Amino acid sequence: MNIILTVCRKELKDGLRNRWLLGVSLIFALLAVGLAYFGAAAAGRVGFTSLSSTVVSLASLAVFIIPLIALMLAYDSLVGEEENGTLLLLLSYPLARWQLLLGKLLGHGTLLALATLLGFGAAALILGLFAETLVWSELLPAFGLFILSAILLGWIFIAFAYLISASVSEKSRAAGLALVLWFLFVLAFDLGLLGLLVMTEGNLNAQLFPYLLLLNPTDIFRLIHISYFAEEQLSGLMAIAQHVRLGTATLFATLVLWLVLPVLLALWRFNRRKI
Amino acid sequence: MPIVELNRIEKRYRDVQALCGLDLQLQAGEVLGLFGHNGAGKTTTIKLILGLIQPSAGEVRVFGESPSAPHARHLRRHVGFLQENVSFYDQLTGAEVLDYFARLKGVSRQQSRALLERVGLEHAARRRVKTYSKGMRQRLGLAQALLGQPRLLLLDEPTVGLDPIATGDFYRHLARLKQQGCTVILCSHVLPGVEKYIDRALILGRGQVLAQGSLAQLRRQAALPLTLNLKGGEGRLPLNWADCAESDGEGGTRLRIPPEQKMACLRQLAILPGVKDIELHPPALEELYRHFMQEAC
Repeated sequence: MNIILTVCRKELKDGLRNRWLLGVSLIFALLAVGLAYFGAAAAGRVGFTSLSSTVVSLASLAVFIIPLIALMLAYDSLVGEEENGTLLLLLSYPLARWQLLLGKLLGHGTLLALATLLGFGAAALILGLFAETLVWSELLPAFGLFILSAILLGWIFIAFAYLISASVSEKSRAAGLALVLWFLFVLAFDLGLLGLLVMTEGNLNAQLFPYLLLLNPTDIFRLIHISYFAEEQLSGLMAIAQHVRLGTATLFATLVLWLVLPVLLALWRFNRRKI
Repeated sequence: MPIVELNRIEKRYRDVQALCGLDLQLQAGEVLGLFGHNGAGKTTTIKLILGLIQPSAGEVRVFGESPSAPHARHLRRHVGFLQENVSFYDQLTGAEVLDYFARLKGVSRQQSRALLERVGLEHAARRRVKTYSKGMRQRLGLAQALLGQPRLLLLDEPTVGLDPIATGDFYRHLARLKQQGCTVILCSHVLPGVEKYIDRALILGRGQVLAQGSLAQLRRQAALPLTLNLKGGEGRLPLNWADCAESDGEGGTRLRIPPEQKMACLRQLAILPGVKDIELHPPALEELYRHFMQEAC
């Protein structure tokens, strides 16, 4: 455990030193406040609107940006150390590969969690102080849930980044694969599912459909917010999923499963990696 | 008990035979020079000893145990390693990098600081590694390898980028470690630089052992001519030596003589009228290396 914490601490120090944490927290805070203020601009007015529309639109933005940031943070975590020569060195030390991987994962996970907490936490604070329409008792649980699920979503993509990093031998390939993965989960999956619906002219089993969404962690993330703000007007794919209500706890459990799976795969790949 | 023991090691990577029939035994306090062209199998040998890879055939023992076994991990505490071209974490300071490695090895912060001083980096300890020169990075790498009183040191080009004084300091420290019983494996392409410090040499070529032994043994095996520099006495050389003589370009004569005729030659030359000086050079490591390499081709 000591070794894992040592590795984790070094990753944290790295993230603080190159101002990654500061930068990403700021981006998150600005996005959240900006979205809350200008979210209703399409309806012809600016200013803070309802909590549910703020959080749901924040969630649909987060679905794009959090996976991207997580992948960018960690895609070179192992392959980068190999290119520096430090991986060979570290493996000659009295530590096991799984300790190194989990330590780094923990470090990156903590960094992203801190950025999410600081960025969106600051946004919640600003909203609570300046938006008259929002009350603390509603704001805090909604943002708490949002931050928690956003952290999980980020961790899932960090774990995927580790899987990629453990599997390839060049940094550039890892970057390419990370982008492909992002594209698949964030854009292509929903498009494919919609295409499937149109092709079958909606004859797809309505009971089955929401479960298909569980195959994509970004959709689970969105489902969490939709099931929380059930009264919100929905459009697109998410509206179809309304037929089957999956509880928030179930959705969270599925997300955790999505986290454990790539971590195990990354450990397996890293253990088999030729040095 | 030998510190390092390799028995009939073979290592194949898919279609490449990286090592073939390697035998090696190293005792405590021995310094081995490991030489060979790029791709000769030096790195593979080091990785085998570190336990990072396993041999396709044969047996590796370090401190009497198989280094790739999971329970042998704690033995790595006694191993120091530095490979070529490490670039450490740019964002961290030198002291932070060394502290990180020290903690992973279970070495105190005090020793980490002392080593930083020993390699002459105390003034740069609080600067980021990003700003370090190549020589400074190399010193940091050496400090890292020396953490925790190693009993086995594996060093690949340890003095590259170091100035002559730092190089001298390094080898003096190495000699001290050797006296304390530390076993060292040195890889280098700068053969004249390491010649003085090694007890034995192992020359690899395309995965095969081309030669192994002390310098004296290698010289006997190679039977290369000695070089003899003669000042004065020109034109009076006995006929049997005149054939192997040439001008050394500085007014003297250079003779290449077979090692077994050394004393006979010296006796004759010493009484030659007009001779002012005789210098005798046994073949250097570099010549031996070249000889064994050519022999292999």
